[in-house]
Amino acid sequence: MQEIPLTQLLFVSTFLFFIGMYGLFTRRNLITMLMSIELMLNSVNINFVAFNKYLFPNNLDGLFFTLFIITIAAAEAAVAIAIIINLYRSHNSIDVEDATEMKY
Amino acid sequence: MNLTLLILVPFITAVLILLARGLQQIRVIGLIGSLTQLGLAGWLLKSFLAARAAGNNAAHLFESNQTWFKALNINYHIGMDGIALAMILLTSVIVVAGILVSWTMDKLSKEYFFLLVLLSMGAYGFFISLDLFTLFFFLEVAVIPKFLLIGIWGSGDKTKSAMKLALMLMAGSALVMVGLFGIYYNTHTFDMVQITQQGIPVGVQKFFFPFAFLGFGVFAALFPFHTWVPDGHASAPTAASMFLAGISMKLGGYGCLRIAALMPDAAHAYSWIIILLATIAIIYGAFATMMQTDLKYINAYSSISHCGFVILGIGMLNKTSINGAVIQMVSHGLMTALFFAAIGMIYSRTHTRMVAQLGGLLKAMPFISTVFVIAGLCSLGLPGFSGFVAEMTVFMGSWQNPDGAYRLATILSGASIVVTAVYILRATGRAIMGPISAEHALLADATWNEKLAAVLLIAGILVIGLAPFLINHLIMPSTDAIMLHLDKVTLIK
Amino acid sequence: MSNYFYILWIPLLPLITFVVLGLFGRKYLSGIAGLLGTASLLTSTILSFVAAKQYFFIDGKVNGVFQKIEAFKYTWLEFSPNVSIDLGMIIDPISVMMLVVVTSVSLMVHVFSLGYMKGEERFATYYAFLSLFTFSMLGLILSSNIFQVYMFWELVGVSSFLLISYYFNKPSAVAASKKAFIVTRFADLGFLIGILILGFYGGTLDIGELIARFTSVNSAQYISITGASFLGASMLTWGLTLLFMGGAGKSAMFPLHIWLPDAMEGPTPVSALIHAATMVVAGVYLVARMFPVFSMDEAALNIVTYVGAASALFAAVIACTQTDIKRVLAYSTMSQIGYMMFALGISKNGGENGLGYMASMFHLFTHAFFKSLLFLGAGSVIHMVHSNEMKDMGGLRKLMPITHIAFLIACLAIAGIPPFAGFFSKEEILTAAFHENKIIYGIALFTAALTSFYMFRLYFNIFWSKETPATNHAHIEHGHDNHDAHNNHGEGPWVMKLPLIILAACAVGVGFVPFSQLVTSDGKALETHIDVMFSIAPVALSVLAILLAANFYKNQNDKSDKVASAFGGLYTAAYKKFYVDEVYLFITKKIIFPFIGQPIAWADRNIVDGFMLLLAKTTAKISELIKGFQSGKVQNYAIYFFGGVAVLSILIIYIWK
Repeated sequence: MQEIPLTQLLFVSTFLFFIGMYGLFTRRNLITMLMSIELMLNSVNINFVAFNKYLFPNNLDGLFFTLFIITIAAAEAAVAIAIIINLYRSHNSIDVEDATEMKY
Repeated sequence: MNLTLLILVPFITAVLILLARGLQQIRVIGLIGSLTQLGLAGWLLKSFLAARAAGNNAAHLFESNQTWFKALNINYHIGMDGIALAMILLTSVIVVAGILVSWTMDKLSKEYFFLLVLLSMGAYGFFISLDLFTLFFFLEVAVIPKFLLIGIWGSGDKTKSAMKLALMLMAGSALVMVGLFGIYYNTHTFDMVQITQQGIPVGVQKFFFPFAFLGFGVFAALFPFHTWVPDGHASAPTAASMFLAGISMKLGGYGCLRIAALMPDAAHAYSWIIILLATIAIIYGAFATMMQTDLKYINAYSSISHCGFVILGIGMLNKTSINGAVIQMVSHGLMTALFFAAIGMIYSRTHTRMVAQLGGLLKAMPFISTVFVIAGLCSLGLPGFSGFVAEMTVFMGSWQNPDGAYRLATILSGASIVVTAVYILRATGRAIMGPISAEHALLADATWNEKLAAVLLIAGILVIGLAPFLINHLIMPSTDAIMLHLDKVTLIK
Repeated sequence: MSNYFYILWIPLLPLITFVVLGLFGRKYLSGIAGLLGTASLLTSTILSFVAAKQYFFIDGKVNGVFQKIEAFKYTWLEFSPNVSIDLGMIIDPISVMMLVVVTSVSLMVHVFSLGYMKGEERFATYYAFLSLFTFSMLGLILSSNIFQVYMFWELVGVSSFLLISYYFNKPSAVAASKKAFIVTRFADLGFLIGILILGFYGGTLDIGELIARFTSVNSAQYISITGASFLGASMLTWGLTLLFMGGAGKSAMFPLHIWLPDAMEGPTPVSALIHAATMVVAGVYLVARMFPVFSMDEAALNIVTYVGAASALFAAVIACTQTDIKRVLAYSTMSQIGYMMFALGISKNGGENGLGYMASMFHLFTHAFFKSLLFLGAGSVIHMVHSNEMKDMGGLRKLMPITHIAFLIACLAIAGIPPFAGFFSKEEILTAAFHENKIIYGIALFTAALTSFYMFRLYFNIFWSKETPATNHAHIEHGHDNHDAHNNHGEGPWVMKLPLIILAACAVGVGFVPFSQLVTSDGKALETHIDVMFSIAPVALSVLAILLAANFYKNQNDKSDKVASAFGGLYTAAYKKFYVDEVYLFITKKIIFPFIGQPIAWADRNIVDGFMLLLAKTTAKISELIKGFQSGKVQNYAIYFFGGVAVLSILIIYIWK
């Protein structure tokens, strides 16, 4: 079976990253933003796995980091959603444009 | 004899104050704590003299050295020479007096007394440190409480004053820190004793001396970094004013002296600038005082003028003048504290500090007025009080320098004693003497705690004023030791 | 040498009295404060006389020369190994003479005040201050170290301040006390710098040492101080002139005299003690104390001479026009001190040429008695009529016979009529002036005549003139030394009469003291005699002046007004004290305050502090500019973040590699 070249994998992950970034910048809904962040995290995961496989096949560091990131992403999602729920309670909205009190 | 006690006693007092309930408990604990400090200082004096009499001629007595942070070679190195001891005695007297005059402070009293005691802890730590890092650490400990004391318990435009004071002092600390780190990176130690032994390269001295000296100069109200003094003092509550003028400004003078001893070459090279600034401060402070109308501003500006003598004495770099500078520090501390105490007592009764609104107070409050007059007479350098001894020693020292410009500086500084007489007598003549207004005629005289505080401070002033040979005997050997370093100049300008 | 240690008690007793009365007087001792003070001073006085007897007549003299004895010395404050302030006591003819003068006059004043100040609220404080003054003055006299002189110098200044402002609720008294202190302080600055100069070149502050070093022409110190010069004058001249400046301030010499007339706001006995007999002669004493050094420098002595002579004449002219009796006496004091000064100035050190020195000290001695008598007499009068103004007085000779006689004796004494005390001392001064400097002699002679004139103008105005006794106005409003409690009681109690009688006896008798045998510049006896031919001129002039005064003022008439208007501008100028006060006021109020004080105070608030504020404001402004970035919009932050990362990545990858 012919191997997929590294560049193609990186292409996918970059694509994913920028989709996430675009979502983060343009969406006003906090849940969607959170999902965008998850996309970015996952693009990083792909990077880690890909580099690990192609450049250092004898090490497992990249895989470890991927596992860490998945765990932390889960925890982060939990915290973020808790924050979002609290925000909804106080502001009656989860639109990011409505929560701009934290300024100068 | 463990000097750490000097830090422990205020610390324990502070903790106990936090645990106490009610004003009565708090102030009694505060008083007991401060009296313990005073007793401790007295005991230190006794053992210091005993050790000296027994022939212990080490530069610093009661030394102890513990590693604090090994990686950076920071040590908790403490010890005490005569100068530090004089400062410790001064601090302990002022702390007791300060606690006594705040006897009826009922607004957030727990926090108030806690901060006062904390400040004194910083001062003690500062004076006994032989390690520059420890020194700096305690300097910072002594700065923060001032901000809160003025900001919370102050009067007038207190927020602005507190900000100004804290920011300027912090800027001073930052300069000090640059200077100290400069020393550290060239000697790889913070230990003052080691540094004086191994010396600092002349180029390094010349580069870092201004930072450290000006930094401490901010604390000692060196022109033109003195502007925190009038506002800070005017807004501060009585005890805080006393601490500020009596203790904090002395941190600066003491620091300047130590820095000059650490970097003798630079001190000699820059001495003309130091003297120039000091002379300006003396004359300028005196004339500015003459135009003030608020009693606290009068005293604050006169502090600038008097602290100028400390810097002048240090800048002249000879034994007599440095002796004078140290005596002036002690004398000014006691005198200004007394002055602020008297002003506070007047203010708490008349609710005004404007000279024009007062008059004839001698009739209604003979005790407070007498205290005020004594502080005034001490300030204008009357023989018998400490101010005379200090100023004359500085003059005698300064005059030993035969350079014409230095002579001129001495004469100009001497001229300030005339201006001092003018503003002191103007204030006294207007506020204490003259006809009294009907509403002020009924006011009560000092209470027991105020009397006790005043008597304590006056006793200090009189001891130095009547028997200057005592304090001279205490500090002279230490000045000799400092002169030894100062004369070890590798480069004559 | 026998033991003079007991002299230490002479200043110490008043000091103890001061401490006791100062601490406990107000509360516990107000009843007996006066007696306590007087008793302790009486002891001091007796000790002084004992010391004088012992020194002058028993063992002060060795081989015909009076010795300088240092009875006590303690290092008080050491500046450097050789330079220190020592508390010491020097016993020599002038200090012993001054001991006697100060303690006796002070005792008289203490006794007089028992009656004069009776019923005052701060009676104990008054005696405490009097004791403080007496202590300081005695300390000054005995000082053996020039810095010690300066210390006591300041202390007499402050006790004078406290006593002038004794009536502290009277603004004029407060202003006067302030003026007295500040003017003398200004002069003291000169004194201090003079001490610094002499101390630096002399290498010591001990008076005896200084004199020894500066009077030997070959000593290293003398060579160095005369070698150094500044603005064309040698440092010796500078040092001595500055020293004299201090003396001139205390002794109210022109142009530093302005405080003395105002100082009369204090209680009259205080004026008698401080501003007539003791403190104001401290300047003369200082010059006399340092006289051997002064005699080494012609220029400094000339300054002393001319300042003294100018003050003598100047004050005498003003005294002729004043209407406040205490001010007349004040100017008269200034004039007489001018006499003493120029007598010192024209003197040489030692031998026959030292006549001026001896005459000056003699005049100081006699003047103390008759001038304090004049003041106490004036006090008696003021006590009775409750006014200082001549126009409220007149014809008092019947109501106050003792005061009248005493005052007359004092006037005759100051006028230099034989055989009263002033005659002898003035005669010596005139003789010395005649031999040394004819211009000074002329001034002295003219001043002597003026003195007789204004003193008898005063005398006739108070005790003769109009026959409308002021005692009828029992409640004159402008009473200065006010005693509303006891009006109309003749001459007051015996404690007020006794000092007058004693001092009057002194004013007659002290002229016969063989002064030239005792106090001379070199300690050797000096043969003097009164030359009748020489005395004719001054005495005749004085008598003429007295007759003129009698003609003008003995009975009410308008002759004096006519003469006054004939002098016109000169009279007005003299009446306004030649506008010296105005000049000072102009300098302080119009120049120093608005052009030095105000700008500095303004600059401090606006420029120096303004610079600090500018720093703070600039920081605030910058933060104002950039705070827009902190919009609160999470997505903006995200854009900055990613943008930043992108920029950094580009930098790292393509630029820094």
